[in-house]
Amino acid sequence: MNPLTDMLLVFLILTTFKLLASGRLRACVRAVAAQGVALGLLTLAMHQGALSLHIVTLACGSMALKGLVFPWVLSRALREAKVQREVEPYVSYTLSILSGLVALSVSLWIGSRLHLPPESFSKLVFPSALFTVLAGLFVIVARRTAVMQVLGFLVLENGIYTFGVGRVGDMPFLVELGVLLDLFVAVFVMGITIYHINREFDHIDTDRLDSLKG
Amino acid sequence: MNLLSFLVPVFALAFAPLLGGVINRTKAFVAGRVGPPVLQAYYDLARLLRKGAVYSRTTSWVFRAGPVVGLAAVLAATALVPFGGFSAPLAFNGDLVLLAYLFGLMRFFTVIAAMDTGSSFEGMGASREVTFALLAEPALFLGLAAIARKTQSLSLSTMFPDAWLSSGIVLALIAAALMVIVLAENSRIPVDDPDTHLELTMIHEVMVLDHSGPDFAFILYGAALKLWVLSALVVGIALPHSGNLWADTSAALAAMFVLAVLVGVVESCMARLRLVRVPRLLAGAGVLAALALLLVFEGF
Repeated sequence: MNPLTDMLLVFLILTTFKLLASGRLRACVRAVAAQGVALGLLTLAMHQGALSLHIVTLACGSMALKGLVFPWVLSRALREAKVQREVEPYVSYTLSILSGLVALSVSLWIGSRLHLPPESFSKLVFPSALFTVLAGLFVIVARRTAVMQVLGFLVLENGIYTFGVGRVGDMPFLVELGVLLDLFVAVFVMGITIYHINREFDHIDTDRLDSLKG
Repeated sequence: MNLLSFLVPVFALAFAPLLGGVINRTKAFVAGRVGPPVLQAYYDLARLLRKGAVYSRTTSWVFRAGPVVGLAAVLAATALVPFGGFSAPLAFNGDLVLLAYLFGLMRFFTVIAAMDTGSSFEGMGASREVTFALLAEPALFLGLAAIARKTQSLSLSTMFPDAWLSSGIVLALIAAALMVIVLAENSRIPVDDPDTHLELTMIHEVMVLDHSGPDFAFILYGAALKLWVLSALVVGIALPHSGNLWADTSAALAAMFVLAVLVGVVESCMARLRLVRVPRLLAGAGVLAALALLLVFEGF
């Protein structure tokens, strides 16, 4: 086991808990940004053999995108929308933390039950990836503000990415780039959407969009 | 049993009030003040012990028993936690459970003594104290369970010398969780503000408002000992052991005061949390400890 890899995976878990526990949108954006940077480092830490140009480009690209561009787009949306915090989430924060703990235990249990090919990096890859995916989904359904839902989506993608890096190792360059591009477009569009929702309705609570249904 | 291990409670009895002095000096330094003398707590204790106590006619023997039982419980606790190179004078399998519930006993008597006065104000503090203690306990036990599982032992004295051999991630998580417990259990800032009385948000200070003279001295000394014992827990887990008795002990003593400075710094840069946020903080500490335990189960 590689201690650096383990440390990065535990950091992934902790930042995900931060997202579950906090309603301060700016702090959450920062936590997800830190998570993105940690994932970039994880890509490098998990790579075996000599560093190729491809892997370095990929890691730096994802770090720049997740650590700088996304936080910038989202902070801008927050500034325009003038919201500071999630006021009344559907699921309270303490309950969210406890749900996160349950999700983590379940992920570890499934990880120990699945007959995955022998691990080369860390036993934590699968559990932390699954936990991050579950927590991302949870945040998407349990929070009202559009920004938190975008963050949930990003965390969800981070989980899938972790699994991909840890399990598959060398994904084709084109696939990785395609995923990053999709993500970029998604967050960009969501940032613009948040701005427009806010301008139209003076808030970014997505539940009130329900009343638009005919 | 080693005769030298009786030095452990002696250290606690002698140096415990000093920790509070160091915390106050740190806070004063950060704020740019001179601050009270480091030995102020000793002067206060001596002054209070010379005074007489005033008892309200509405109180019963419970009110008088509160400080005495509280101090007795925490005195017993000082004999359970090893310090530096010394093992504790009282060490047996499962003493970590006794430790947690000695603090429980102390809290129980503080609480019923507060309720005995019939003051609604003190009752409010009592209710808060118990609520937060309820949330802090899982974190403490999960953290200790993680170390117990790692070192395959249930006694604090055999747990600590091996604890630091476990993985750094696990240790860091447990130390962080226990640090939150130290702050919460000793009513320090993010959870409670030890500097002010008579505010609607106080917890510990509210409960002891009616005690005076020697009783109050017992309470202050008990609180200082509690801070010492819980800090010794953190230091015992986080500090590496070299095996050399005196080197370990002086390192532990130094670490205790570094921890006190750390508490002072935390108090200087943080504001007290709103009461509704405190459960979230304690749940967070519980998550850290639980994550450590799960990692230990995974073989870290």
